Amino acid sequence: MTTTEARATDRKPPQLVDMSWDPITRIIGNLGIYTKIDFANREVVECHSTSSLFRGYSVFMKGKDPRDAGFITSRICGICGDNHTTCSDYAQQMAYGVKPPPLADYIVNLGEAAEYIFDHTIFQDNLVFVDFCEAMVKSTNPSLLSRAERTDAPRGETHGYRTIAEIMKAFNPFEGEVYKEALKVSRITREMFCLMEGRHVHPSTLYPGGVGTMPQPTAFTDYLSRLMRVIDFVKKAVAMNDDVFDFFYEALPGYEEVGRRRTLLGCWGAFQDPKTVDYRYETMNTWGKEMYVTPGIIVDGELVTNNLVDINLGLRILLGSSYYEDWVNEQPFVTHDPLGNPIDMRHPWNQTTVPVPQKRDFDDKYSWVMSPRWLDPRTGDHLALDTGGGPLARLWSTALSGIVDTPYVKATGHSVRISLPKGESLPETTLEWRIPKWSNTIERDRARPYFVAYAAAMALQFLEEAMGLVRAGETKVFENYEVPDEAIGCGFHEAVRGVLSHHLVIKDKKIANYHPYPPTPWNASPRDMYGTPGPYEDAVQGQPIFEENGPDDFKGVDIMRTVRSFDPCLPCGVHMYVGKGKTLTTLHSPTYGANHG
Amino acid sequence: MTTHSSTAEVSKEPDRAEDRKGIDEITILWISEGMSCDGDTVSLTAADQPSIEDLVLGLIPGLPKVNLVNKVLSPSLGGEDFLAPYRAAVRGELGSPFILVIEGSIPNQNVIEGDGYWTSFGNDPETGEPQTLNWWIDQLAPKAWAVVAAGTCATFGGIHAMSGNPTGCMGLADYLGWDYTSQAGLPIVNVPGCPIQPENFMETLVWVLYHAAGSAPPPPLDHMLRPQWLFGKTVHEGCDRGSYYEQADFAKDYNSPKCLVKTGCWGPVVNCNVPKRGWMAGIGGCPNVGGICIGCTMPGFPDAFMPFMDEPPGGTLSSLAIKPYGAVIRRLRGMTNELVNHEPKWRHNKRKLTTGYDPHWRP
Repeated sequence: MTTTEARATDRKPPQLVDMSWDPITRIIGNLGIYTKIDFANREVVECHSTSSLFRGYSVFMKGKDPRDAGFITSRICGICGDNHTTCSDYAQQMAYGVKPPPLADYIVNLGEAAEYIFDHTIFQDNLVFVDFCEAMVKSTNPSLLSRAERTDAPRGETHGYRTIAEIMKAFNPFEGEVYKEALKVSRITREMFCLMEGRHVHPSTLYPGGVGTMPQPTAFTDYLSRLMRVIDFVKKAVAMNDDVFDFFYEALPGYEEVGRRRTLLGCWGAFQDPKTVDYRYETMNTWGKEMYVTPGIIVDGELVTNNLVDINLGLRILLGSSYYEDWVNEQPFVTHDPLGNPIDMRHPWNQTTVPVPQKRDFDDKYSWVMSPRWLDPRTGDHLALDTGGGPLARLWSTALSGIVDTPYVKATGHSVRISLPKGESLPETTLEWRIPKWSNTIERDRARPYFVAYAAAMALQFLEEAMGLVRAGETKVFENYEVPDEAIGCGFHEAVRGVLSHHLVIKDKKIANYHPYPPTPWNASPRDMYGTPGPYEDAVQGQPIFEENGPDDFKGVDIMRTVRSFDPCLPCGVHMYVGKGKTLTTLHSPTYGANHG
Repeated sequence: MTTHSSTAEVSKEPDRAEDRKGIDEITILWISEGMSCDGDTVSLTAADQPSIEDLVLGLIPGLPKVNLVNKVLSPSLGGEDFLAPYRAAVRGELGSPFILVIEGSIPNQNVIEGDGYWTSFGNDPETGEPQTLNWWIDQLAPKAWAVVAAGTCATFGGIHAMSGNPTGCMGLADYLGWDYTSQAGLPIVNVPGCPIQPENFMETLVWVLYHAAGSAPPPPLDHMLRPQWLFGKTVHEGCDRGSYYEQADFAKDYNSPKCLVKTGCWGPVVNCNVPKRGWMAGIGGCPNVGGICIGCTMPGFPDAFMPFMDEPPGGTLSSLAIKPYGAVIRRLRGMTNELVNHEPKWRHNKRKLTTGYDPHWRP
């Protein structure tokens, strides 16, 4: 079953070419994309995604002190290590039965907000936008560039660029104005992060039970002054992105089909509300919904659930195209959750990793990425949810749920309104992200700068609340606990690029089982045991090609835009491994800009 | 006497750029396909002293022209185009000397029986099969002008070389041999850190580039091939909580600004300059912000330092030994502190001047 709807077209006799990109650049980690492209009908016919790195976290975590889990799992990812530490601490707090003091929750929220602002900025402006920059568009769609030169930028008053082509030029790598400014902004926002969590990437002040960050007023002042230095950049980024993306829809009719999937989005929620969260499993549905990014699963525009218990119970790790032995005949670690619900053998709590190295065969097993899926209780379908690169699912779930209501961010049921205060050059601004018509490449990319604005706005609120506590003398940031002999825990969070869960089983005070499920296995998964392709594969497969080059000088920019729109981050695929591959006849490996940079 | 300014004389001074016999153009071939999280590349982009764009755009005087080839920052779409300079270097046709930067620990291929490998970097153009990281290192290390290991994974194995790891991975020097020397006669330059402290790495790289330009000696390295000026002191020696240790004033949990040794900090014995230098632009760090030092720059990381949140085994004895001394010193300092926390007696608004001013002090 493929999850993309079939498109009716006047078919010409196909002209099929195998094309591969391995390694993919401007991402973190090792990703290869292997496609068959029909140049007669200008569309991608088939796509397989694969990775070539196995590190074995779930193997070497076993038997270690559970309190070390956050320090170790941070190292899963070199860009969002803190999201792993945070998620691990959530899971451990559930297992240990400890609730950190409220100020610690705010400090974690402030760290995470800085992380989202930093990571989305550097990814969008320094990695994604290179695919939309002048140098790239010139080499892939020269006629589009000449149209961009003649097209006025509608939001020029905000961002300062007269034409669409001027914006594209500002995104040229290492030379363009915005590219260079984004690097600088990414440093300021990382400084904000370091004020709360000590170091970036791998934070030094997060512990299960709280934080070690000294809650001096200075830390918050230093954070606030940096946030205000980037607030206008955030407003400009939204305007610039909207201008470029609207131009693409207008100049290339049908571009909405690029990277389009059924709307199958998952968000596990972010930013705890310290006033309600107690980290207990029994009350998870209540405090989960109070998070300042609402968790939710959205299928074809419909909200299926906001309940983290339902989300947890529906998790399934499938095999199919992955190099593993099934573990269904092993002893389960967890038979029932703390509420008495039965836990499936394919649930992360019960997973055992049994690797079977073998040759890469795209008709059979071709990836060490497993296939996380969510079992829809209404239909019995194992859904290949994607994360929309993170922001699309987060904004969609928050908007549709209509729960978040704060001075700076409000969810309306169909949109999210974000208010940012006056900055150095731009006035107070309210931005509105509306639920889009499609879940596609452009909307994934468009959501990213809006979520930067969202995180910046929430940071303002967290600062006010945290300073309120400090001024009231409530400066405790850590709560002590005992590690129990036996316990289970789960953490639900949002890594920058989407859903993140950690499942922990403790026996004899040691880690008996630990399975982190970051966004990338969801997005980069191969075809599962039911034949359902993973989201990268599904989004690329069947997408039209707008690039003007023919097979001989084809760059594959539309395909790369789609893959990058998901914010691929392969170190996340902790189980990934590729066996010695079978030869796939590669007629052509696309090239771009050997003379550029 | 007036100062004689002579631009003519100054211009006769030998121009360093022209005088030196160095390399004009150099390529950095960065491979992050080790067992890594790519955190060192990400950390590199945080450096501002100098920044990576300063280096690439030639804004640092006296350096060779630098061509940076790094997957994360590459403007290429990927695949063979991105790999072209690496392939040229393997053939010896790159056209400029190159510095090989390795990120991530090096897996042991020999533990695998039959098909398979732990990590690869592109495909073999002949067979279409994945090309292992080890193959690339075997090809490139003998031809490299210099080799730099970025981060604790590449230097000493790091987190992925933890006990119980299935890949048998290790640091680059374990793989190439600790006596390896590059084309320039340099040993591997190790910059540990999980991840690298951004400026530590850039500063080291820039020193290597000055050496390439012919205007600096090779960077001074210690027996673990670390830059001496960065790793010659311990965390404790640069920590702003160190004086609490001296006063035997220890934090009992993480709610305290005092010395963290009893809650798991290894700072007294770890070679690292982060508390002194901060994490980036002087901001952040570890113990100074509230994080225990878990020894992430060290060859024994992580196993030697686990479980992280318990007092290091040596800490009990040393903190006991310092207790009587610290208690006395703390009390004495407290008294002196009390004493100096008062306004001097001559500051008042009475009619008499009591400041000790003497109008006749200079006859």
